[in-house]
Amino acid sequence: MNAITKDRSDTLAPFGSRLDGVTDPVRKAAIGALHRSGLPDRRVEEWRYTSLRFLTETPLAAPVEVYDAGQVQAQLETLGLTTGPLADVPRVVFVNGRYAAPFSVLPSEVDVSFFAKTQTFGTLSCPDRDPLTALNTVLAGDGAQLHVPAGKDGGHVLLVSLGQTDAPVSFHPRHAVVLDEGAKFTLISIQAGQGRYLHNPVLEISVAAQANLKHVTLQAEGEAAACLATTYAQVAEHGTYDSFVLGLGGALSRQEIHARLAAPFATVHVNGAQMLAGKQIGDVTSVISHAAPDCTSRQTVRNVLDGHARGVFQGKVFVDRVAQKTDGYQMNQALLLSENAEIDAKPELEIYADDVKCSHGATVGALDDDQLFYLRSRGVPNAEARQILIHAFMDEALGLIEDEMARTLCIRMLARSFPVAGESA
Amino acid sequence: MTQFLDISGLCARIDADGQEKEILKGVDLSIPPGEVHAIMGPNGSGKSTLSYALAGREDYEVTAGSITFQGKNLLEMEPEERAAAGLFLAFQSPIELPGVNNANFLRTAVNAVRRARGQDELDAVTFLKTARAAAKELAMAPDMLKRNVNVGFSGGEKKRNEVLQMTLLQPSFAILDETDSGLDVDALRIVAEGVNRLRSPGFSALVITHHQRLLDYLVPDRIHVMANGRIIHSGGPELAQQIDREGYTRFLAEAEAA
Ligand SMILES: Nc1ncnc2c1ncn2[C@@H]1O[C@H](COP(=O)(O)OP(=O)(O)OP(=O)(O)O)[C@@H](O)[C@H]1O
Ligand SMILES: [Mg+2]
Repeated sequence: MNAITKDRSDTLAPFGSRLDGVTDPVRKAAIGALHRSGLPDRRVEEWRYTSLRFLTETPLAAPVEVYDAGQVQAQLETLGLTTGPLADVPRVVFVNGRYAAPFSVLPSEVDVSFFAKTQTFGTLSCPDRDPLTALNTVLAGDGAQLHVPAGKDGGHVLLVSLGQTDAPVSFHPRHAVVLDEGAKFTLISIQAGQGRYLHNPVLEISVAAQANLKHVTLQAEGEAAACLATTYAQVAEHGTYDSFVLGLGGALSRQEIHARLAAPFATVHVNGAQMLAGKQIGDVTSVISHAAPDCTSRQTVRNVLDGHARGVFQGKVFVDRVAQKTDGYQMNQALLLSENAEIDAKPELEIYADDVKCSHGATVGALDDDQLFYLRSRGVPNAEARQILIHAFMDEALGLIEDEMARTLCIRMLARSFPVAGESA
Repeated sequence: MTQFLDISGLCARIDADGQEKEILKGVDLSIPPGEVHAIMGPNGSGKSTLSYALAGREDYEVTAGSITFQGKNLLEMEPEERAAAGLFLAFQSPIELPGVNNANFLRTAVNAVRRARGQDELDAVTFLKTARAAAKELAMAPDMLKRNVNVGFSGGEKKRNEVLQMTLLQPSFAILDETDSGLDVDALRIVAEGVNRLRSPGFSALVITHHQRLLDYLVPDRIHVMANGRIIHSGGPELAQQIDREGYTRFLAEAEAA
């Protein structure tokens, strides 16, 4: 019995008066939830491995609306989005959470609207269960709403979020992607920036019957940034949501995904990889819910951790009583390059149906001494031998990205953030 | 002293789960330039350990003795430096490298060694041509180059892949650790021919084997018997037949008596 209503609103101090004066009923409900939950600490089961303490120590202002166009251009160039095949891909660019029209090229086959205008929240997210979603719901200012009509191929679109700030700020974009029946679409989300900021996006995805969404997220946030992203995906009959998240940047990042297989023969892939060093913390949390029979889910996540980096994997596969003939696979693998690196892995299967095929596993290891010696005995210098083995480990994960353009982008960005030879001791 | 490879009083141990285990107990062995020597000996006598000590594997700790290779102190060199200096070890159990393409692996190795030897690196096309030709001479299926290094290779295929690496890296001294085990008769001949092709005044080899058959194709200049971490007997090529007939009992007894 808990007679005292919990109030943890003190943890919301960094947002100051930004949370006051809310009138919209959805936002009002969210702020109620947020005052009860506060920002979660590690006593909350879902946040046991990832502390938000460093967020609660600094005030986080609303970003100023003006941005430095030259810097945006430079950021886009650094990401390789202005040359080669990616230069021609339509893009919706946000700077500090606000739509940046001059840098965007809207797609022709996809309807685009903006949260700033529509102010419509979707129905898939759970602000009263997920505090970071509640925070987003209260503070959301803008976001892209992409809609691919029935039977259409929306092609590729880049959804780019750039942070650029000197003072600590937070922004909370609210995105939505809707694929109508039989539609196809490839979305490449890019999260990057410079300075100290919290990027707290929520993305709601609805994939209708027979529709197919490929979604690759490249998280290359600035080194002082925190990215706490939550995605809710729902997939209808014979629909496919094929996702991959590559985590490279940020001091703290969490990619949380809730995927619901809502009707028979739906397919969901929640794959990912992260490569972290220094004191980075990278959290991949997922809940895959099989709510209908005959659905398939796949999840492979690989982590390369150097220095004092810490990786977190929390993967829950939930199989409802009605979800007979579920086919589920989940695997988390970590390669620790230093004695101080760490992985916390919590795979969970919760199965209420009796006729299912589900497997899961987790592995942790260092580079293999026999393999290293074999390479070196062939004349390959130690540092290069290590890189070859790390690449081999990561390549198997990146090979899961079906879309070639997205895969090439990820391979290039991964190569760039490769551990410096001999850094780990 | 031969001025090529001189091993003297070599002692080595390994750390087996916290227990230090002495394996090589004073190995003396000299191989002159241009000669092929064989080592035979009972299982567990330390033959592979000697090959690892020569190649520079870190967990085999050398506690006494010396190895001089072409005038250099081998024990002070990293494994990759030894490879660049011309030493090659064909592993008794070749290692699998999942996710590493065999052709890329071979090219990386060849170019690393060429760089260290002050030679120009080979471009992809030139290299592939050379590698394909070498693979063909060893009767290897062309797809072996496209597959991951040793992954899913049969025992014999792995051994041939070792010989392919040897051919491409052009060592001046090769150690073949039971490269003949697991090979069918035809493969045995092909592999022996692969080594024979390299035979020249500038190339020496140490062939570790349990079978006289390989030595029929690859006639050695000397045969050494290793037991209990030492070379206990040396002789000419005729020693192989004697060992085949009589086993090691007599050599072991003689060593005991000495
Ligand atoms: N990593 C290790 N851990 C524990 N013991 C080892 C290790 N490596 C070698 N040994 C032991 O050292 C001894 C010599 O082994 P080695 O592999 O050198 O023998 P070998 O002469 O090559 O035998 P074989 O003919 O069977 O290949 C054996 O008793 C072996 O068990
Ligand atoms: Mg052996």
